[in-house]
Amino acid sequence: MKFVLNGASTEVAGNPMERLIDVLREDCGLTGTKEGCGEGECGACTVLVNGEPVCSCIIPVAQVENAEVVTIEGLGGDDPLQHLFMNEVGAQCGICTPGMIMAAQVLGADATLDDVKTALAGNLCRCTGYSAIYRAVLKWRGVDSVDAPGKSEVVA
Amino acid sequence: MRTAISGLDLRRASSLEDALEILASGERTPIAGATDLYVALNFGTLVPRRFVDIWALDELRGISMRGDVLVIGALATYTSLMRSPLVADRVPMLALASGQVGGVQIQNRGTLGGNIANASPAGDSLPVLAAVDAAIVLRSARVERRVGINEFYTGYRTSVMTPDELIVAVEIAPVEGKQWFRKVGTRAAQAISKIVVAGVRGAAPRIAFGSVAPTVVRVPETERALTAGASIDDAMAILVKEIKPIDDIRSTAEYRLRVSANLLRKFWIETD
Repeated sequence: MKFVLNGASTEVAGNPMERLIDVLREDCGLTGTKEGCGEGECGACTVLVNGEPVCSCIIPVAQVENAEVVTIEGLGGDDPLQHLFMNEVGAQCGICTPGMIMAAQVLGADATLDDVKTALAGNLCRCTGYSAIYRAVLKWRGVDSVDAPGKSEVVA
Repeated sequence: MRTAISGLDLRRASSLEDALEILASGERTPIAGATDLYVALNFGTLVPRRFVDIWALDELRGISMRGDVLVIGALATYTSLMRSPLVADRVPMLALASGQVGGVQIQNRGTLGGNIANASPAGDSLPVLAAVDAAIVLRSARVERRVGINEFYTGYRTSVMTPDELIVAVEIAPVEGKQWFRKVGTRAAQAISKIVVAGVRGAAPRIAFGSVAPTVVRVPETERALTAGASIDDAMAILVKEIKPIDDIRSTAEYRLRVSANLLRKFWIETD
């Protein structure tokens, strides 16, 4: 079965019902994508399929045939948003970070705090309290941290 | 997870006709966005072993008008329902409900047909469909038929569908009156509802609740009272006798009764 993985044509064998996350991590060796809850609740396993964020732990690999799949590795390791997650302390344990960064990819340059909250509503973080994550993403979208949220404003 | 999938058998349908032939040739569970099915797989509670993948059937994705009836393909995702100008114009509360299903990742994959087929009493779109008396279009290799959503479910997670049938579309006739939707859960995104309610304030109000019974339910006695001019307080008293919620992991029967009545009042005030 063929699909495009991080820009390169890829072929994998195996049962078509294998989960996309297992194929990515075990067959393709891309372990940046993390598994959290295994039920589509936490978003840690988020990748882009044809440009849209999806949970790779609840997708049969058969359904990405001929699609374009982008994982955290597809950002190249030197992406501005990755640096902002480091600099703004948007990552602590790091399990949610790749999913957060991939879910944020759909945000346009004019994204507001509400847009960021909506885009990341399907991504859970148990360490940061979200403020630093929102700050990193807003800064990436050109919003200075002065306007970024304090903790009291980010209760979902 | 490798061992969990080793016994699973997937056939991939190339067209609707192909999918219906596959369903006619032996029992298989259709897979669309997999957002419910693969949760069961991951938790080891997936019972079916044979599947047919219908995700690629673009002919089931359309949202269009046929005369004055809104026709929504079964594979329309929540994201496409939220973006559809036709849905926004005809059934805005369906777009509202779609935006409260999971996070973006789930909205990109979950389908309207899947929400119906999964048959959870907590399905977020189901009270909307029940309140507007949507028709579910079922097709098999032999025949196509329409079943009203309020006649579709026969009990907890059971329906009138036969194993060779596929949900192909949902049809919604023009809706007269203000629409109202509210989901109550523990969190704005990613929560399964404690209570979900949809209402249409027409000459005869139509009101449906989820998570208060084994299936989505209309509340005909409450509707009749409101149609006849009963006060909202009297209607609330009728409602709490009409629904039979239970205690479960998400909430209690007592909470659900109280909040359902409060939501009825809120619906009545906000659509006045």
